Amino acid sequence: MTTSTFKPAVPAQPAAPPARAKRAGRRPGTVAFLMLVPAGVLILTFLLVPIVLTFGLAFTNARLISPQPARFIGFDNFVRLFDSDTFYASLRNTLVFAIVIVPVQSAIALGLAMLINVKMRGVNFFRTIYFLPVVTSIVVVSILWLFLYQPNGLINALLANVGIQGPDWLGNPNTALFAIIVLSIWQAVGFHMVIWLSGLQTIPGELYEAASIDGANPWQQFAYVTWPGLRQTAIFILITITISAFALFSQVNIMTQGGPLDATTTLVFQAVRTGFQQQQTGYAAAISLVFFVLVLVVSLIQRYLTREKDAR
Amino acid sequence: MKPRLTSRLAAMMLVAAVPLSLTACAKGGSSSTSGNEESGGGGTLTLWTHSAGNKNELASIKTIVDDFNASQTKYKVEVQAFPQESYNQSVAAAAAAKKLPCILDIDGPNVPNWAWAGYLAPLEGMDDVLSKYLPSTVGKYKDKYYSYGYFDVALNMTSRKSVLKKYGIRVPTVDEPWTGDEFMAGLKKIKDSGDFVNPLDLATGSTGEWWPYAYSPLLQSFGGDLINRNDYKSAEGVLNGDKALAWAAWFRGLATDKLMPLKSGADPGKDFLNGKTAILYNGSWGAADGRKKFGDDIVFLPPPDFGNGPKIGGASWQWGMSTNCGDNTAGAMEYMKFASTDKYVAMFATSAVAIPSTDAAAATVKGYETGGENDIFRQLSKEFAVVRPVTPGYPFIATEFTKTAQDILNGADPQKALDQAVKNIDDNQEANGFFE
Repeated sequence: MTTSTFKPAVPAQPAAPPARAKRAGRRPGTVAFLMLVPAGVLILTFLLVPIVLTFGLAFTNARLISPQPARFIGFDNFVRLFDSDTFYASLRNTLVFAIVIVPVQSAIALGLAMLINVKMRGVNFFRTIYFLPVVTSIVVVSILWLFLYQPNGLINALLANVGIQGPDWLGNPNTALFAIIVLSIWQAVGFHMVIWLSGLQTIPGELYEAASIDGANPWQQFAYVTWPGLRQTAIFILITITISAFALFSQVNIMTQGGPLDATTTLVFQAVRTGFQQQQTGYAAAISLVFFVLVLVVSLIQRYLTREKDAR
Repeated sequence: MKPRLTSRLAAMMLVAAVPLSLTACAKGGSSSTSGNEESGGGGTLTLWTHSAGNKNELASIKTIVDDFNASQTKYKVEVQAFPQESYNQSVAAAAAAKKLPCILDIDGPNVPNWAWAGYLAPLEGMDDVLSKYLPSTVGKYKDKYYSYGYFDVALNMTSRKSVLKKYGIRVPTVDEPWTGDEFMAGLKKIKDSGDFVNPLDLATGSTGEWWPYAYSPLLQSFGGDLINRNDYKSAEGVLNGDKALAWAAWFRGLATDKLMPLKSGADPGKDFLNGKTAILYNGSWGAADGRKKFGDDIVFLPPPDFGNGPKIGGASWQWGMSTNCGDNTAGAMEYMKFASTDKYVAMFATSAVAIPSTDAAAATVKGYETGGENDIFRQLSKEFAVVRPVTPGYPFIATEFTKTAQDILNGADPQKALDQAVKNIDDNQEANGFFE
């Protein structure tokens, strides 16, 4: 699972006092705005413009390779899409993947972050180790785990040592998605661990001291001091994990190519397959459009559920 | 207030940037650069090949290019090598950006698609030269030659004489191949003995073009096919008829009866050399390693005849000229003619350890002369090779067949899976106006 392609702004900080801003005049505003321009232009050309083009392409029969220009065909692509079993399989797999990954990966990342949030010698060693999979290319990780998951691979060999006959992880429709979930969590958990860590470190230590003086046990400290203090971080992590979970593609492309029996096909994978390999750009644009709407709806729901209930 | 001013200014700038970026996009897209990457009229032709990582083939290409460059001073060819996995997509991307190289190699079955799309220019004035090539090694579309290849390879059932003798299995010949029943009986004998982990290995772990290349001939041997080759309009009846269902049942049965692994290992060739596999479905490219390990014991056999005669795949990588050569088209044609002589066919086929495309070249390549040790591959190719369907819709058919065959192997209902594949293929052919 790759990290999201853009770097969102840090969680909102309280605004600077207005008096000081007025004195500094326009300069901070201009500087801020100049810093915004490069990223803004890039986002515009590589994100917004392609999205708008996709909206248009989805209603045509554009092909990747064709001597004839694309024709407008209205909703045909969508009719075909909603009629296709593979689409529903992709949708199901994408949703299952997201529903499992979001809580599990966040929880594991939080656990790891709390483990490394200590001041002791050697903690940086562990921080590095846990973060290493993130900086490894997902392609390399997928190939490695492909070998691990083979019927006579390392994982089954280890299981055999304790007497369990391991299944063909990637060849069995029941275990293939689970196998990909495990490796995705392994690869990406370091990234969210670091974000949780930064959130943990903003919680003042005095609160913990006060809590322990009051006689709170570790669990109560977590529930009443840590967790509320992590609220902003949690919202950020929730949204970014969800978005990158929906974009599952590389692992499927390398390890299972959507199989076996559509057990691991995802929306992005289907879009790439139909758009590139099958050369049907219009149809792939339709899939992308559906994907975009899905992610937008989910993000809006999440944003609504996690909005600040106390008015500003 | 400051934040509002900033955000307003930012918004205005972004809006202003829209027409700027759109014009930039439009300009980049519409300017078409010809195949000369360097200075405009310099006569430099770029040549793309998929052989990056393939030492022998790349060396052969470089030799031909060096010879061509040395033989005249007007044009200069430059080689750019790509990895095979992403090669087709790189070409598609280059075509979309109108930056195709002048000379490029193409996987045989893709030639009709690229010719129809306008990527390839027909090879003028080479008809008599190319008529001497093996039919599966040239790319012909709408009666024009678009490409030629230096070699072909032959799929075969690789095994050992001693193994076949041990289980009383007859050694088949090109004239008398195994029947389907004979083949299955032999496999069962091997399985019952328990001596081999895999009585048969069809290399189902490979991905990509291997699936249509290797498994559609088996379908064709049963009497089915990927599409109706009379008019290339529909796959109805050939891909989902009785014969195709028989193939599907046989294919799945091999895995459920444990006659072959459902998903073969990472290197089926090595599994065979290490004695894990009794009969391996492989190409002639594995011959050298096999001979090194087993010497004379190794034997290359035709695949079984399931009713329609044994069939193997045909057509390998071929060379063509793009429509993006601009002023250098004449130079590109010169190169194509220069590179098509028997001398280079022989050299290339030798380095690739494959079947030379012309009889004249075969006579000079060690092993491929009549009676030579590699002659069997030449015979297999001549007698049994079936090219993949010659239609611009082939890339779509290939991906559909791959997915369907994988699903069938994993236990999907064959009739349903094949019907869906037929529907998709027919829709695609029709959506493209049958590629008229």
